[in-house]
Amino acid sequence: MRRIRAAAALLTVTALTGTAAACGGGSSAGGEGSNASTKTLTYWASNQGPNLAADKKILTPELKKFEEQTGIEVKLEVIPWSDLLNRILAATTSGQGPDVLNIGNSWSSSLQATGALLPWDAKNFAAIGGRDRFVPAALGSTGATGKDPAAVPLYSLSYALYYNKAMFEDAGIDGPPATWDELVADGKKLSKGGKWALGAEGSNLVNNIHQAFALGKQHGADFFDADGKPTFTSDGAVAAVKQYVDFMAKDKIIAPGNAEYAQNQSLRDFARGRTAMVLWQAAATTFEAQGMKPDEWGVAPVPVASGLPGAGEKVNSMVAGINLAVFKNTDNIDGARKFVKFMTSDTEQAHLNKAYGSIPPVRAAQRDAAFDRADTAVLRDTLLKSAAPLPQVPDESQFETSVGTAIKKLFADAAAGRGVTTDSVKAELSKAQQQMPKS
Amino acid sequence: MTTLTSPRGPRDGTEGEGTKAGPPTPGRTLRDRLPARLRRLSLPYLLLLPALLLELLVHLVPMAVGIFMSFKELTQFFVRDWGAAPWTGLDNYATAVDFDAPVGEALLHSFAVTVVFTVLSVGLCWLIGTAAAVFMQENFRGRGLLRAVFLTPYALPVYAAVITWSFMFQRDTGLINHVLHDQLGLTDTRPFWLIGDNSFVALLTVSVWKGWPFAFLIVMAGLQNIPKELYEAAAIDGAGIWQQLRRITLPSLRPVNQVLVLVLFLWTFNDFNTPYVLFGKAAPEAADLISIHIYQSSFVTWNFGAGSAMSVLLLLFLLLVTAGYLLVTSRGRRSADV
Repeated sequence: MRRIRAAAALLTVTALTGTAAACGGGSSAGGEGSNASTKTLTYWASNQGPNLAADKKILTPELKKFEEQTGIEVKLEVIPWSDLLNRILAATTSGQGPDVLNIGNSWSSSLQATGALLPWDAKNFAAIGGRDRFVPAALGSTGATGKDPAAVPLYSLSYALYYNKAMFEDAGIDGPPATWDELVADGKKLSKGGKWALGAEGSNLVNNIHQAFALGKQHGADFFDADGKPTFTSDGAVAAVKQYVDFMAKDKIIAPGNAEYAQNQSLRDFARGRTAMVLWQAAATTFEAQGMKPDEWGVAPVPVASGLPGAGEKVNSMVAGINLAVFKNTDNIDGARKFVKFMTSDTEQAHLNKAYGSIPPVRAAQRDAAFDRADTAVLRDTLLKSAAPLPQVPDESQFETSVGTAIKKLFADAAAGRGVTTDSVKAELSKAQQQMPKS
Repeated sequence: MTTLTSPRGPRDGTEGEGTKAGPPTPGRTLRDRLPARLRRLSLPYLLLLPALLLELLVHLVPMAVGIFMSFKELTQFFVRDWGAAPWTGLDNYATAVDFDAPVGEALLHSFAVTVVFTVLSVGLCWLIGTAAAVFMQENFRGRGLLRAVFLTPYALPVYAAVITWSFMFQRDTGLINHVLHDQLGLTDTRPFWLIGDNSFVALLTVSVWKGWPFAFLIVMAGLQNIPKELYEAAAIDGAGIWQQLRRITLPSLRPVNQVLVLVLFLWTFNDFNTPYVLFGKAAPEAADLISIHIYQSSFVTWNFGAGSAMSVLLLLFLLLVTAGYLLVTSRGRRSADV
């Protein structure tokens, strides 16, 4: 009897502990979907606005417009950023997903590797008006080089330097810095009396990657070699990460508290006049929501290293943005193509990007006067002239996590007053590199 | 006079109705044809069957698939058709236990952190829960209200409670530093709680806060079963409060505590919600619990094979610990019975 009891107890424990949940069976690797259900489409939109309700409010009238034009009803689901990648992964694994979905453009290569997304070959591009309608920088973030894109650009963004005009004036600084040396010099004047020069999101892995990548480009580092193998410990990569963390550790122009920021607290600090500068993608609506008037802040291109080729030429931002993808196993392939064509049309592109404060990746839509505003003009010009796509490799999402975590750890060291040296940066990046999949 | 017979039949060893073997009569159901003893023995299993089937469906089948996955190189290239992922034999296990390489080293570190965290959390939960339950034995004004207050952390939704703690732990705007640094002046600078070494303290605090009411509830229920006469007799013999606690309360609670500690251990060791909500998907090294670590290996770096192998190793460890625990506690019970 005791044995039976013990066995039962062990069985219970087994059930209580569990192993990694298994995934559902994959769908058969088919070609280009079918037209079994031509009257409906399911669309997963990423959360772009201040909240999910705002996104629904912006998108619903447009989807109604599409329904009137085509007779196809679009079932919309807006998904928070924190859930989106896992939801896509689950849909890929189970074969039970939407027909059309938004993806972070930096995930394009990783998701392309799953084989779940419709490749945008010449025929598919022709169905939406051609490949040439899109800005090359945005097309550069749609999948691995040499392969048909896994998605098409929908909203584009780049980084800019936002600065508080009053704080600059009080410190006797004429205008925004154009180089990092100027930023540090200005920063030292600004960082006093409980106020700080620059805001950062030290615990936000993705933001860490975005900053380190642009700095890496300026140091001649790519983080991956031509074969897609990680090179996180190259001199350029180490110098870039150290330069970014040193803004807190050595230059003391970022508040130590920023090391634990991960929920856009740096924008709140900026809006409340606690920090004078912040590097961000499109922050106008957030500043407004935080009670900051548009004439209180200015915007400039992200600084670059001193010397040639100089501002406007050197890479100073990653190509940020959202792509629109179609699941290969859709039951409404023609409807999905029509929907992508509609969402990337000149009219919709101008309308939607205006609503979200982003830049249209479609050339014709960029000519809309709304994108000539000072802040959007900086983002647009950066995108056209000095932005580079994040590494288009299948392990890109792992890169974001491992290197982003390494930078988070280095910021924690800096905040705690522990020294950040070239060796300690290299050691963390080496650990990150060794944790990458052996592909 | 009517005699009532037990439906189980007579207890004198003679055959009861329905147990006589004979040719099947038309119209008799299968149940009627089964011997009563067999029916009696099969009843518990029949009652357990629905739960067993659900258990199979919800836990054991996915677990079996998880074990299967641990022998495969399951990365983003194969999630769409994971059956086609290449076999790697024991490679995933070898990687997980290669403690000189980064993956194994990180797993070992995470395991060590989890063991220390679990021991401290379970110990503190049990200690605070037992102390509170013993204290609440006394009848005093406001006891009901206090009991309700004690149970509040257990009644709150975990996510909401932990996210509130994460706000309180923020360095510049959190309540914890406001009290420790601004109000009481106990620290020279504002400490970080959500990054760096203090993150372990933050994690432990939240874990104990939400775990001890469960211990309190179970121990309180256990205390109800201890006859009052024992305490009265002990008091007459001159035993003080501590002696009563040591000689009556704790020994009487032993069966309850055995289950309580085991359940708390399993819950705490596998706790995912608390570290995830507090720190996100990249916990600081000091608070890198194994549940988060495995999640990261599986769902963040998309290496499901390695994550499954780590899960299987964790399962084996927990089974061994539990088996050892049950063995020791059942021996203790037997020796106590002698």
